[in-house]
Amino acid sequence: MKNLKKSSKDHLITYGILLLVYIVAEILIKTGNMSSLMQGILVPVCVYSLVAIGLNLCVGYLGELSLGHAGFMCVGAFCGAYTTKMLQGTINNEILLFTIALVVGVIMAALFGFLVGIPVLRLKGDYLAIVTLAFGEIIKNIINVLYIAKCSDGMKVAITDGGAIEVDEAIGEMWLVNGAKGINRIPHLSNFTIGMILIFVALFVVFHLVDSRSGRAIMAIRDNRIAAESVGINITKYKMMAFVISAAIAGAGGVLYAHNLSTLTATPTNFGYNMSIMILVFVVLGGMGSFRGSIIAATILTILPEGLRGLADYRMLIYSVLLISMMLFNWAPAAVNWKKKVMASINNKTSKKGQVE
Amino acid sequence: MAMLEVKDLKVNYGLIQAIKGISFELNEGEIVALIGANGAGKTTILNTVSGVIPSSAGSIVFEGKDITKISGHKIVSMGMAHIPEGRRVFANLSVYENLKMGAYTRKDKAEIEATLKQVYEYFPRLEERKNQPAGTLSGGEQQMLAMGRALMSKPKLILMDEPSMGLSPLLVKEVFSIIKYCHEIGISILLVEQNAKMALGIADRAYVLETGNITLSGKADAMLENDEVKKAYLGV
Repeated sequence: MKNLKKSSKDHLITYGILLLVYIVAEILIKTGNMSSLMQGILVPVCVYSLVAIGLNLCVGYLGELSLGHAGFMCVGAFCGAYTTKMLQGTINNEILLFTIALVVGVIMAALFGFLVGIPVLRLKGDYLAIVTLAFGEIIKNIINVLYIAKCSDGMKVAITDGGAIEVDEAIGEMWLVNGAKGINRIPHLSNFTIGMILIFVALFVVFHLVDSRSGRAIMAIRDNRIAAESVGINITKYKMMAFVISAAIAGAGGVLYAHNLSTLTATPTNFGYNMSIMILVFVVLGGMGSFRGSIIAATILTILPEGLRGLADYRMLIYSVLLISMMLFNWAPAAVNWKKKVMASINNKTSKKGQVE
Repeated sequence: MAMLEVKDLKVNYGLIQAIKGISFELNEGEIVALIGANGAGKTTILNTVSGVIPSSAGSIVFEGKDITKISGHKIVSMGMAHIPEGRRVFANLSVYENLKMGAYTRKDKAEIEATLKQVYEYFPRLEERKNQPAGTLSGGEQQMLAMGRALMSKPKLILMDEPSMGLSPLLVKEVFSIIKYCHEIGISILLVEQNAKMALGIADRAYVLETGNITLSGKADAMLENDEVKKAYLGV
Protein backbone atom coordinates (compact mmCIF):
# COMPACT_ATOMS: atom_id res chain seq x y z
CA MET A 1 0.00 0.00 0.00
CA LYS A 2 2.85 2.31 0.85
CA ASN A 3 4.29 1.83 -2.62
CA LEU A 4 1.01 2.74 -4.25
CA LYS A 5 0.78 5.97 -2.33
CA LYS A 6 4.32 6.89 -3.25
CA SER A 7 3.65 6.42 -6.95
CA SER A 8 0.41 8.39 -6.91
CA LYS A 9 2.20 11.21 -5.10
CA ASP A 10 4.76 11.15 -7.86
CA HIS A 11 1.99 11.39 -10.47
CA LEU A 12 0.51 14.39 -8.68
CA ILE A 13 3.89 16.13 -8.82
CA THR A 14 3.99 15.56 -12.58
CA TYR A 15 0.48 16.97 -13.03
CA GLY A 16 1.41 19.91 -10.82
CA ILE A 17 4.54 20.77 -12.80
CA LEU A 18 2.58 20.62 -16.05
CA LEU A 19 -0.16 22.85 -14.71
CA LEU A 20 2.40 25.36 -13.47
CA VAL A 21 4.19 25.41 -16.82
CA TYR A 22 0.87 25.90 -18.57
CA ILE A 23 -0.15 28.81 -16.34
CA VAL A 24 3.25 30.49 -16.63
CA ALA A 25 3.24 30.12 -20.41
CA GLU A 26 -0.29 31.49 -20.68
CA ILE A 27 0.59 34.50 -18.50
CA LEU A 28 3.67 35.18 -20.62
CA ILE A 29 1.57 35.04 -23.79
CA LYS A 30 -1.21 37.24 -22.40
CA THR A 31 1.22 39.86 -21.10
CA GLY A 32 3.10 39.83 -24.41
CA ASN A 33 6.35 38.61 -22.92
CA MET A 34 6.76 35.61 -25.15
CA SER A 35 8.40 35.93 -28.55
CA SER A 36 6.40 34.77 -31.54
CA LEU A 37 9.10 32.19 -32.20
CA MET A 38 8.51 30.68 -28.78
CA GLN A 39 4.75 30.84 -29.21
CA GLY A 40 5.08 28.99 -32.48
CA ILE A 41 7.02 26.23 -30.80
CA LEU A 42 4.53 25.53 -28.02
CA VAL A 43 2.33 23.18 -30.06
CA PRO A 44 5.27 21.19 -31.49
CA VAL A 45 6.53 20.76 -27.91
CA CYS A 46 3.14 19.28 -26.98
CA VAL A 47 3.21 17.06 -30.08
CA TYR A 48 6.63 15.61 -29.35
CA SER A 49 5.86 15.23 -25.64
CA LEU A 50 2.77 13.21 -26.53
CA VAL A 51 4.61 10.92 -28.95
CA ALA A 52 7.44 10.53 -26.42
CA ILE A 53 4.92 9.50 -23.73
CA GLY A 54 3.54 6.92 -26.14
CA LEU A 55 6.95 5.58 -27.06
CA ASN A 56 8.04 5.46 -23.42
CA LEU A 57 5.15 3.13 -22.66
CA CYS A 58 6.42 0.82 -25.41
CA VAL A 59 10.16 1.08 -24.71
CA GLY A 60 10.28 1.78 -20.98
CA TYR A 61 7.43 -0.37 -19.71
CA LEU A 62 6.93 -3.06 -22.31
CA GLY A 63 10.64 -3.26 -23.05
CA GLU A 64 10.12 -3.54 -26.80
CA LEU A 65 11.99 -1.23 -29.13
CA SER A 66 9.90 0.58 -31.72
CA LEU A 67 11.63 2.54 -34.45
CA GLY A 68 8.42 3.51 -36.22
CA HIS A 69 6.52 5.79 -33.90
CA ALA A 70 6.77 8.57 -36.47
CA GLY A 71 4.76 6.18 -38.68
CA PHE A 72 1.92 6.00 -36.16
CA MET A 73 2.11 9.76 -35.78
CA CYS A 74 1.83 9.99 -39.57
CA VAL A 75 -1.27 7.75 -39.63
CA GLY A 76 -2.88 9.88 -36.92
CA ALA A 77 -1.98 13.12 -38.69
CA PHE A 78 -3.35 12.13 -42.09
CA CYS A 79 -6.48 10.39 -40.84
CA GLY A 80 -7.22 13.34 -38.55
CA ALA A 81 -6.65 15.97 -41.22
CA TYR A 82 -8.63 13.94 -43.76
CA THR A 83 -11.58 13.73 -41.38
CA THR A 84 -11.46 17.46 -40.74
CA LYS A 85 -11.44 18.22 -44.47
CA MET A 86 -14.36 15.86 -45.05
CA LEU A 87 -16.51 17.32 -42.29
CA GLN A 88 -15.42 20.93 -42.60
CA GLY A 89 -18.58 22.16 -44.30
CA THR A 90 -20.99 20.08 -42.25
CA ILE A 91 -19.72 20.73 -38.72
CA ASN A 92 -18.96 24.30 -37.79
CA ASN A 93 -18.08 23.91 -34.14
CA GLU A 94 -14.27 23.88 -34.08
CA ILE A 95 -13.91 21.91 -30.89
CA LEU A 96 -16.36 19.26 -32.04
CA LEU A 97 -14.59 19.05 -35.39
CA PHE A 98 -11.21 18.60 -33.73
CA THR A 99 -12.59 16.02 -31.30
CA ILE A 100 -13.99 13.91 -34.15
CA ALA A 101 -10.70 14.20 -36.05
CA LEU A 102 -8.84 13.22 -32.88
CA VAL A 103 -11.00 10.16 -32.30
CA VAL A 104 -10.59 9.02 -35.91
CA GLY A 105 -6.82 9.64 -35.87
CA VAL A 106 -6.32 7.84 -32.58
CA ILE A 107 -8.44 4.87 -33.59
CA MET A 108 -6.67 4.53 -36.94
CA ALA A 109 -3.22 4.73 -35.31
CA ALA A 110 -4.31 2.12 -32.77
CA LEU A 111 -5.64 -0.07 -35.58
CA PHE A 112 -2.34 0.12 -37.43
CA GLY A 113 -0.54 -0.65 -34.17
CA PHE A 114 -2.77 -3.69 -33.81
CA LEU A 115 -2.12 -4.84 -37.38
CA VAL A 116 1.64 -4.46 -37.00
CA GLY A 117 1.47 -6.15 -33.60
CA ILE A 118 -0.44 -9.28 -34.67
CA PRO A 119 2.49 -11.00 -36.35
CA VAL A 120 5.36 -9.28 -34.56
CA LEU A 121 4.44 -9.31 -30.88
CA ARG A 122 4.30 -13.11 -30.89
CA LEU A 123 8.02 -13.15 -31.52
CA LYS A 124 10.76 -12.35 -29.08
CA GLY A 125 13.86 -10.36 -29.85
CA ASP A 126 14.37 -7.38 -32.09
CA TYR A 127 11.70 -8.10 -34.67
CA LEU A 128 9.44 -5.28 -33.50
CA ALA A 129 12.22 -2.75 -34.10
CA ILE A 130 12.80 -4.07 -37.61
CA VAL A 131 9.15 -4.25 -38.60
CA THR A 132 8.18 -0.86 -37.15
CA LEU A 133 11.16 0.70 -38.92
CA ALA A 134 9.85 -0.69 -42.21
CA PHE A 135 6.28 0.30 -41.33
CA GLY A 136 7.29 3.93 -40.82
CA GLU A 137 8.90 4.09 -44.24
CA ILE A 138 6.11 2.22 -46.03
CA ILE A 139 3.28 4.33 -44.62
CA LYS A 140 5.06 7.51 -45.69
CA ASN A 141 5.53 6.22 -49.24
CA ILE A 142 1.95 5.01 -49.54
CA ILE A 143 0.62 8.44 -48.55
CA ASN A 144 2.89 10.07 -51.12
CA VAL A 145 1.19 8.19 -53.96
CA LEU A 146 -2.34 8.38 -52.63
CA TYR A 147 -4.80 10.70 -54.35
CA ILE A 148 -8.29 11.26 -52.99
CA ALA A 149 -10.60 13.98 -54.31
CA LYS A 150 -14.11 15.11 -53.50
CA CYS A 151 -15.76 15.66 -56.90
CA SER A 152 -19.25 16.64 -57.91
CA ASP A 153 -19.97 13.02 -58.87
CA GLY A 154 -18.65 11.56 -55.62
CA MET A 155 -15.33 10.56 -54.14
CA LYS A 156 -12.49 9.57 -56.43
CA VAL A 157 -9.47 7.58 -55.32
CA ALA A 158 -6.31 6.89 -57.30
CA ILE A 159 -2.98 5.35 -56.46
CA THR A 160 0.14 6.73 -58.18
CA ASP A 161 -1.97 8.07 -61.08
CA GLY A 162 -3.09 11.46 -59.76
CA GLY A 163 -3.57 12.89 -63.24
CA ALA A 164 -6.52 10.58 -63.82
CA ILE A 165 -8.65 12.67 -61.48
CA GLU A 166 -9.76 16.04 -62.73
CA VAL A 167 -10.53 18.55 -60.04
CA ASP A 168 -12.27 21.78 -60.87
CA GLU A 169 -12.06 23.94 -57.79
CA ALA A 170 -14.35 26.55 -59.37
CA ILE A 171 -17.38 24.26 -58.97
CA GLY A 172 -16.49 23.26 -55.43
CA GLU A 173 -14.53 20.10 -56.15
CA MET A 174 -11.40 19.66 -54.06
CA TRP A 175 -8.44 17.46 -53.35
CA LEU A 176 -8.55 15.76 -49.98
CA VAL A 177 -5.20 14.04 -50.36
CA ASN A 178 -3.08 15.17 -53.27
CA GLY A 179 -0.21 12.68 -53.43
CA ALA A 180 3.13 14.13 -52.50
CA LYS A 181 1.53 17.53 -52.09
CA GLY A 182 -0.36 16.09 -49.16
CA ILE A 183 -3.41 17.66 -47.57
CA ASN A 184 -3.86 21.38 -48.15
CA ARG A 185 -5.68 24.14 -46.36
CA ILE A 186 -6.23 22.32 -43.08
CA PRO A 187 -8.10 24.54 -40.64
CA HIS A 188 -5.83 25.65 -37.81
CA LEU A 189 -7.55 23.92 -34.91
CA SER A 190 -4.58 23.08 -32.67
CA ASN A 191 -3.46 25.36 -29.91
CA PHE A 192 -1.38 25.17 -26.77
CA THR A 193 -4.39 24.60 -24.51
CA ILE A 194 -5.61 21.63 -26.54
CA GLY A 195 -2.07 20.25 -26.60
CA MET A 196 -1.80 20.48 -22.82
CA ILE A 197 -5.19 18.84 -22.36
CA LEU A 198 -4.09 15.97 -24.60
CA ILE A 199 -0.91 15.54 -22.56
CA PHE A 200 -2.94 15.46 -19.35
CA VAL A 201 -5.28 12.84 -20.80
CA ALA A 202 -2.38 10.75 -22.12
CA LEU A 203 -0.64 10.90 -18.73
CA PHE A 204 -3.85 9.95 -16.97
CA VAL A 205 -4.21 6.92 -19.25
CA VAL A 206 -0.61 5.72 -18.91
CA PHE A 207 -0.41 6.33 -15.15
CA HIS A 208 -3.62 4.43 -14.68
CA LEU A 209 -2.35 1.61 -16.86
CA VAL A 210 1.04 1.17 -15.20
CA ASP A 211 -0.46 1.16 -11.71
CA SER A 212 -3.06 -1.44 -12.59
CA ARG A 213 -2.95 -5.21 -12.58
CA SER A 214 -2.44 -5.10 -16.35
CA GLY A 215 0.46 -2.69 -15.85
CA ARG A 216 2.15 -5.08 -13.45
CA ALA A 217 1.67 -7.84 -16.00
CA ILE A 218 3.29 -5.67 -18.69
CA MET A 219 6.28 -4.92 -16.45
CA ALA A 220 6.56 -8.59 -15.49
CA ILE A 221 6.82 -9.46 -19.19
CA ARG A 222 9.57 -6.87 -19.60
CA ASP A 223 11.49 -8.18 -16.58
CA ASN A 224 11.19 -11.79 -17.53
CA ARG A 225 9.16 -13.27 -20.31
CA ILE A 226 9.42 -16.92 -19.30
CA ALA A 227 8.67 -16.25 -15.64
CA ALA A 228 5.72 -14.11 -16.69
CA GLU A 229 4.32 -16.91 -18.78
CA SER A 230 4.97 -19.37 -15.98
CA VAL A 231 2.75 -17.42 -13.58
CA GLY A 232 -0.06 -17.42 -16.13
CA ILE A 233 0.21 -14.08 -17.90
CA ASN A 234 -1.02 -14.05 -21.48
CA ILE A 235 2.11 -12.55 -23.04
CA THR A 236 0.73 -11.66 -26.46
CA LYS A 237 -2.39 -10.02 -25.03
CA TYR A 238 -0.57 -7.65 -22.69
CA LYS A 239 2.17 -6.85 -25.17
CA MET A 240 -0.55 -5.98 -27.64
CA MET A 241 -2.40 -3.86 -25.08
CA ALA A 242 0.66 -1.75 -24.29
CA PHE A 243 1.73 -1.45 -27.92
CA VAL A 244 -1.70 -0.42 -29.20
CA ILE A 245 -2.09 2.23 -26.48
CA SER A 246 1.40 3.45 -27.28
CA ALA A 247 0.56 3.75 -30.99
CA ALA A 248 -2.75 5.47 -30.18
CA ILE A 249 -1.00 8.17 -28.13
CA ALA A 250 1.46 8.72 -30.97
CA GLY A 251 -1.57 9.05 -33.25
CA ALA A 252 -3.02 11.74 -30.97
CA GLY A 253 0.28 13.59 -31.30
CA GLY A 254 -0.08 13.31 -35.06
CA VAL A 255 -3.59 14.79 -35.07
CA LEU A 256 -2.37 17.73 -33.01
CA TYR A 257 0.56 18.14 -35.38
CA ALA A 258 -1.61 18.11 -38.50
CA HIS A 259 -3.99 20.80 -37.27
CA ASN A 260 -1.10 23.10 -36.50
CA LEU A 261 -0.10 23.27 -40.18
CA SER A 262 -1.99 24.45 -43.18
CA THR A 263 -0.30 21.96 -45.49
CA LEU A 264 0.43 18.45 -44.31
CA THR A 265 2.90 16.39 -46.33
CA ALA A 266 4.69 13.16 -45.51
CA THR A 267 8.38 13.93 -45.91
CA PRO A 268 11.44 12.25 -44.46
CA THR A 269 11.95 15.20 -42.10
CA ASN A 270 8.60 15.13 -40.36
CA PHE A 271 7.60 11.46 -40.43
CA GLY A 272 10.80 9.72 -41.44
CA TYR A 273 13.24 7.46 -39.71
CA ASN A 274 15.08 10.43 -38.21
CA MET A 275 11.94 11.56 -36.44
CA SER A 276 11.43 8.11 -34.90
CA ILE A 277 15.01 8.17 -33.66
CA MET A 278 14.54 11.71 -32.37
CA ILE A 279 11.58 10.58 -30.28
CA LEU A 280 13.59 7.63 -29.02
CA VAL A 281 16.28 10.12 -27.98
CA PHE A 282 13.65 12.02 -25.94
CA VAL A 283 12.66 8.79 -24.22
CA VAL A 284 16.18 7.57 -23.50
CA LEU A 285 17.43 10.94 -22.28
CA GLY A 286 14.37 11.53 -20.15
CA GLY A 287 14.79 8.10 -18.62
CA MET A 288 13.12 4.85 -19.62
CA GLY A 289 9.89 4.44 -17.73
CA SER A 290 9.76 8.07 -16.61
CA PHE A 291 6.95 9.89 -18.38
CA ARG A 292 7.82 13.15 -16.71
CA GLY A 293 11.39 12.78 -17.99
CA SER A 294 10.11 12.17 -21.52
CA ILE A 295 8.14 15.42 -21.45
CA ILE A 296 11.07 17.40 -20.07
CA ALA A 297 13.51 15.95 -22.62
CA ALA A 298 11.06 16.53 -25.49
CA THR A 299 10.55 20.13 -24.37
CA ILE A 300 14.22 20.99 -23.97
CA LEU A 301 15.31 19.25 -27.15
CA THR A 302 12.56 20.91 -29.19
CA ILE A 303 13.21 24.41 -27.88
CA LEU A 304 16.99 24.08 -27.98
CA PRO A 305 17.57 23.87 -31.75
CA GLU A 306 15.25 26.85 -32.26
CA GLY A 307 16.91 28.84 -29.53
CA LEU A 308 20.30 28.11 -31.02
CA ARG A 309 19.23 29.25 -34.48
CA GLY A 310 21.09 32.54 -33.99
CA LEU A 311 24.36 30.65 -33.78
CA ALA A 312 23.82 29.41 -37.34
CA ASP A 313 26.81 27.24 -38.25
CA TYR A 314 27.58 26.07 -34.75
CA ARG A 315 24.00 25.07 -33.97
CA MET A 316 24.31 21.34 -34.52
CA LEU A 317 27.69 21.27 -32.83
CA ILE A 318 26.38 22.83 -29.64
CA TYR A 319 23.27 20.68 -29.83
CA SER A 320 25.32 17.48 -29.91
CA VAL A 321 27.59 18.62 -27.07
CA LEU A 322 24.48 19.39 -25.00
CA LEU A 323 23.03 15.97 -25.79
CA ILE A 324 26.18 14.26 -24.59
CA SER A 325 26.41 16.35 -21.42
CA MET A 326 22.74 15.71 -20.60
CA MET A 327 23.35 12.01 -21.01
CA LEU A 328 26.41 12.15 -18.75
CA PHE A 329 24.59 14.24 -16.17
CA ASN A 330 21.70 11.79 -16.06
CA TRP A 331 23.53 8.49 -16.09
CA ALA A 332 27.27 8.75 -15.37
CA PRO A 333 27.99 7.14 -11.96
CA ALA A 334 29.96 10.18 -10.73
CA ALA A 335 27.11 12.54 -11.66
CA VAL A 336 24.53 10.22 -10.09
CA ASN A 337 26.52 10.13 -6.83
CA TRP A 338 26.93 13.89 -6.84
CA LYS A 339 23.17 14.35 -7.33
CA LYS A 340 22.49 11.96 -4.46
CA LYS A 341 24.84 13.95 -2.20
CA VAL A 342 23.17 17.23 -3.12
CA MET A 343 19.73 15.77 -2.50
CA ALA A 344 20.85 14.35 0.84
CA SER A 345 22.27 17.68 2.00
CA ILE A 346 19.07 19.47 0.96
CA ASN A 347 17.02 16.89 2.85
CA ASN A 348 19.26 17.32 5.90
CA LYS A 349 18.84 21.05 5.90
CA THR A 350 15.09 20.92 5.56
CA SER A 351 14.76 18.30 8.29
CA LYS A 352 16.96 20.42 10.63
CA LYS A 353 14.77 23.40 9.93
CA GLY A 354 11.77 21.29 10.84
CA GLN A 355 13.36 20.41 14.18
CA VAL A 356 14.07 24.03 15.05
CA GLU A 357 10.53 25.03 14.33
CA MET B 1 -3.99 -43.10 -13.47
CA ALA B 2 -0.92 -40.95 -13.30
CA MET B 3 -1.20 -37.24 -12.61
CA LEU B 4 1.10 -36.33 -15.50
CA GLU B 5 1.56 -38.59 -18.49
CA VAL B 6 3.97 -37.73 -21.27
CA LYS B 7 3.94 -40.00 -24.32
CA ASP B 8 6.36 -40.07 -27.27
CA LEU B 9 7.15 -36.40 -26.84
CA LYS B 10 9.27 -34.86 -29.58
CA VAL B 11 10.52 -31.28 -29.63
CA ASN B 12 12.36 -29.56 -32.45
CA TYR B 13 14.40 -26.38 -32.45
CA GLY B 14 14.35 -25.52 -36.14
CA LEU B 15 15.80 -28.58 -37.87
CA ILE B 16 17.42 -29.96 -34.75
CA GLN B 17 15.49 -32.51 -32.78
CA ALA B 18 16.17 -31.83 -29.12
CA ILE B 19 13.79 -34.40 -27.67
CA LYS B 20 13.54 -37.62 -29.63
CA GLY B 21 10.37 -39.24 -28.41
CA ILE B 22 10.36 -39.69 -24.66
CA SER B 23 7.67 -41.04 -22.35
CA PHE B 24 7.42 -40.70 -18.61
CA GLU B 25 4.83 -40.32 -15.90
CA LEU B 26 4.39 -38.81 -12.49
CA ASN B 27 1.88 -40.00 -9.89
CA GLU B 28 0.13 -37.78 -7.40
CA GLY B 29 2.29 -37.01 -4.37
CA GLU B 30 5.52 -38.11 -6.00
CA ILE B 31 8.83 -36.34 -6.47
CA VAL B 32 10.22 -37.40 -9.83
CA ALA B 33 13.72 -36.34 -10.86
CA LEU B 34 15.02 -35.94 -14.39
CA ILE B 35 18.79 -36.10 -14.37
CA GLY B 36 21.31 -35.82 -17.13
CA ALA B 37 24.27 -33.88 -18.45
CA ASN B 38 24.22 -30.43 -20.05
CA GLY B 39 22.31 -30.43 -23.32
CA ALA B 40 20.45 -33.64 -22.59
CA GLY B 41 17.14 -31.83 -22.96
CA LYS B 42 15.99 -31.55 -19.36
CA THR B 43 14.98 -27.89 -19.50
CA THR B 44 13.38 -28.39 -22.90
CA ILE B 45 11.13 -31.07 -21.44
CA LEU B 46 9.99 -28.85 -18.57
CA ASN B 47 9.37 -25.90 -20.89
CA THR B 48 7.35 -28.11 -23.22
CA VAL B 49 5.26 -29.61 -20.41
CA SER B 50 4.45 -26.15 -19.03
CA GLY B 51 3.58 -24.87 -22.51
CA VAL B 52 6.35 -22.29 -22.90
CA ILE B 53 7.57 -23.99 -26.07
CA PRO B 54 5.47 -26.12 -28.43
CA SER B 55 6.02 -29.82 -29.00
CA SER B 56 6.23 -31.26 -32.51
CA ALA B 57 4.76 -34.67 -31.70
CA GLY B 58 3.45 -36.73 -28.82
CA SER B 59 1.03 -35.97 -26.04
CA ILE B 60 1.03 -34.48 -22.55
CA VAL B 61 -1.88 -35.36 -20.28
CA PHE B 62 -2.33 -33.59 -16.94
CA GLU B 63 -5.03 -34.89 -14.58
CA GLY B 64 -6.80 -36.60 -17.45
CA LYS B 65 -6.83 -33.52 -19.68
CA ASP B 66 -4.77 -33.27 -22.84
CA ILE B 67 -2.69 -30.10 -22.48
CA THR B 68 -0.40 -30.66 -25.45
CA LYS B 69 -1.83 -27.80 -27.46
CA ILE B 70 -2.83 -25.50 -24.59
CA SER B 71 -0.70 -22.38 -24.21
CA GLY B 72 1.39 -21.81 -21.12
CA HIS B 73 -0.59 -19.09 -19.41
CA LYS B 74 -3.71 -21.27 -19.31
CA ILE B 75 -1.95 -24.30 -17.89
CA VAL B 76 -1.08 -22.41 -14.68
CA SER B 77 -4.71 -22.09 -13.68
CA MET B 78 -5.11 -25.87 -14.09
CA GLY B 79 -2.76 -26.33 -11.13
CA MET B 80 0.68 -26.66 -12.65
CA ALA B 81 3.37 -24.15 -11.67
CA HIS B 82 6.74 -23.82 -13.33
CA ILE B 83 9.87 -22.41 -11.71
CA PRO B 84 12.10 -21.60 -14.65
CA GLU B 85 15.84 -22.11 -14.69
CA GLY B 86 18.12 -19.47 -13.23
CA ARG B 87 15.88 -17.82 -10.60
CA ARG B 88 13.79 -15.77 -12.96
CA VAL B 89 12.21 -13.16 -10.73
CA PHE B 90 10.74 -9.88 -11.91
CA ALA B 91 13.78 -7.81 -11.03
CA ASN B 92 12.14 -4.36 -11.03
CA LEU B 93 9.01 -5.35 -9.13
CA SER B 94 9.06 -5.56 -5.34
CA VAL B 95 9.12 -8.89 -3.53
CA TYR B 96 5.48 -8.37 -2.58
CA GLU B 97 4.50 -7.60 -6.16
CA ASN B 98 6.39 -10.67 -7.35
CA LEU B 99 4.41 -12.85 -4.98
CA LYS B 100 1.16 -11.18 -6.04
CA MET B 101 2.04 -11.94 -9.64
CA GLY B 102 2.29 -15.59 -8.63
CA ALA B 103 -1.40 -15.51 -7.77
CA TYR B 104 -2.19 -13.84 -11.09
CA THR B 105 -4.62 -16.51 -12.21
CA ARG B 106 -6.53 -16.60 -8.91
CA LYS B 107 -9.50 -14.38 -8.21
CA ASP B 108 -10.31 -15.08 -4.54
CA LYS B 109 -8.72 -12.15 -2.71
CA ALA B 110 -9.13 -13.48 0.82
CA GLU B 111 -7.57 -16.82 -0.07
CA ILE B 112 -4.69 -15.12 -1.86
CA GLU B 113 -3.95 -13.21 1.36
CA ALA B 114 -4.03 -16.49 3.28
CA THR B 115 -1.57 -18.09 0.88
CA LEU B 116 0.63 -15.01 1.09
CA LYS B 117 0.68 -15.38 4.87
CA GLN B 118 1.69 -19.04 4.53
CA VAL B 119 4.50 -18.15 2.14
CA TYR B 120 5.75 -15.42 4.48
CA GLU B 121 5.56 -17.87 7.35
CA TYR B 122 7.76 -20.32 5.54
CA PHE B 123 10.10 -17.68 4.09
CA PRO B 124 10.39 -14.97 6.79
CA ARG B 125 13.21 -13.42 4.78
CA LEU B 126 10.75 -12.53 2.03
CA GLU B 127 8.46 -10.75 4.48
CA GLU B 128 11.41 -8.73 5.83
CA ARG B 129 12.21 -7.62 2.33
CA LYS B 130 8.74 -7.35 0.86
CA ASN B 131 9.13 -3.75 -0.37
CA GLN B 132 12.56 -4.26 -1.88
CA PRO B 133 12.99 -4.72 -5.65
CA ALA B 134 13.47 -8.42 -6.30
CA GLY B 135 16.62 -7.75 -8.34
CA THR B 136 18.43 -6.63 -5.19
CA LEU B 137 17.96 -9.95 -3.39
CA SER B 138 20.79 -12.44 -3.07
CA GLY B 139 20.82 -15.57 -5.22
CA GLY B 140 19.40 -17.75 -2.48
CA GLU B 141 16.67 -15.25 -1.65
CA GLN B 142 15.73 -15.00 -5.31
CA GLN B 143 15.35 -18.77 -5.45
CA MET B 144 13.12 -18.59 -2.36
CA LEU B 145 11.10 -15.89 -4.05
CA ALA B 146 10.74 -17.94 -7.23
CA MET B 147 9.51 -20.86 -5.14
CA GLY B 148 7.23 -18.65 -3.06
CA ARG B 149 5.79 -17.20 -6.24
CA ALA B 150 5.07 -20.68 -7.57
CA LEU B 151 3.30 -21.58 -4.29
CA MET B 152 1.10 -18.49 -4.65
CA SER B 153 -0.77 -20.10 -7.53
CA LYS B 154 -1.78 -22.99 -5.22
CA PRO B 155 -0.36 -25.63 -7.55
CA LYS B 156 -0.92 -29.37 -7.43
CA LEU B 157 2.27 -29.94 -9.40
CA ILE B 158 5.44 -27.85 -9.48
CA LEU B 159 8.03 -28.17 -12.23
CA MET B 160 11.40 -27.11 -10.84
CA ASP B 161 14.27 -26.36 -13.14
CA GLU B 162 17.73 -26.56 -11.58
CA PRO B 163 16.80 -24.99 -8.24
CA SER B 164 20.36 -25.48 -6.92
CA MET B 165 22.08 -23.79 -9.86
CA GLY B 166 24.72 -21.27 -8.81
CA LEU B 167 24.03 -21.56 -5.09
CA SER B 168 26.48 -22.26 -2.27
CA PRO B 169 26.37 -25.77 -0.74
CA LEU B 170 24.65 -24.37 2.34
CA LEU B 171 21.92 -22.76 0.27
CA VAL B 172 21.54 -25.89 -1.82
CA LYS B 173 20.65 -27.73 1.37
CA GLU B 174 18.15 -25.05 2.25
CA VAL B 175 16.55 -25.20 -1.18
CA PHE B 176 16.18 -28.95 -0.93
CA SER B 177 14.54 -28.60 2.46
CA ILE B 178 12.05 -26.24 0.80
CA ILE B 179 11.37 -28.88 -1.84
CA LYS B 180 10.74 -31.39 0.94
CA TYR B 181 8.34 -28.95 2.57
CA CYS B 182 6.41 -28.51 -0.69
CA HIS B 183 6.18 -32.28 -0.92
CA GLU B 184 4.95 -32.58 2.66
CA ILE B 185 2.08 -30.17 2.07
CA GLY B 186 0.91 -32.43 -0.72
CA ILE B 187 2.39 -30.94 -3.86
CA SER B 188 3.80 -33.27 -6.50
CA ILE B 189 7.15 -32.25 -7.94
CA LEU B 190 8.92 -32.79 -11.24
CA LEU B 191 12.53 -31.90 -10.55
CA VAL B 192 15.26 -31.26 -13.08
CA GLU B 193 18.74 -31.25 -11.58
CA GLN B 194 22.38 -31.52 -12.49
CA ASN B 195 23.15 -32.18 -8.87
CA ALA B 196 22.17 -35.84 -9.28
CA LYS B 197 23.15 -36.90 -5.78
CA MET B 198 20.87 -34.40 -4.06
CA ALA B 199 18.09 -35.01 -6.55
CA LEU B 200 18.17 -38.78 -6.17
CA GLY B 201 18.34 -38.37 -2.42
CA ILE B 202 15.02 -36.59 -2.30
CA ALA B 203 13.12 -38.16 -5.23
CA ASP B 204 10.86 -41.20 -5.27
CA ARG B 205 11.65 -42.11 -8.85
CA ALA B 206 14.04 -40.83 -11.48
CA TYR B 207 14.67 -40.83 -15.21
CA VAL B 208 18.12 -40.48 -16.76
CA LEU B 209 18.23 -38.41 -19.92
CA GLU B 210 20.90 -38.58 -22.59
CA THR B 211 20.80 -36.35 -25.71
CA GLY B 212 17.04 -36.38 -26.03
CA ASN B 213 16.38 -39.99 -25.00
CA ILE B 214 15.56 -41.62 -21.70
CA THR B 215 18.22 -44.24 -21.11
CA LEU B 216 17.32 -45.38 -17.62
CA SER B 217 14.42 -45.16 -15.23
CA GLY B 218 13.48 -46.55 -11.86
CA LYS B 219 13.31 -46.00 -8.12
CA ALA B 220 15.62 -43.23 -6.99
CA ASP B 221 17.33 -45.19 -4.22
CA ALA B 222 18.00 -48.06 -6.62
CA MET B 223 19.57 -45.58 -9.01
CA LEU B 224 21.92 -44.36 -6.35
CA GLU B 225 23.31 -47.88 -6.32
CA ASN B 226 23.39 -48.28 -10.10
CA ASP B 227 26.95 -48.57 -11.40
CA GLU B 228 26.35 -46.67 -14.62
CA VAL B 229 24.67 -43.80 -12.85
CA LYS B 230 27.38 -43.75 -10.21
CA LYS B 231 30.06 -43.52 -12.85
CA ALA B 232 28.39 -40.95 -15.07
CA TYR B 233 26.57 -38.63 -12.67
CA LEU B 234 27.67 -39.19 -9.11
CA GLY B 235 31.39 -39.07 -9.71
CA VAL B 236 32.03 -42.14 -7.60
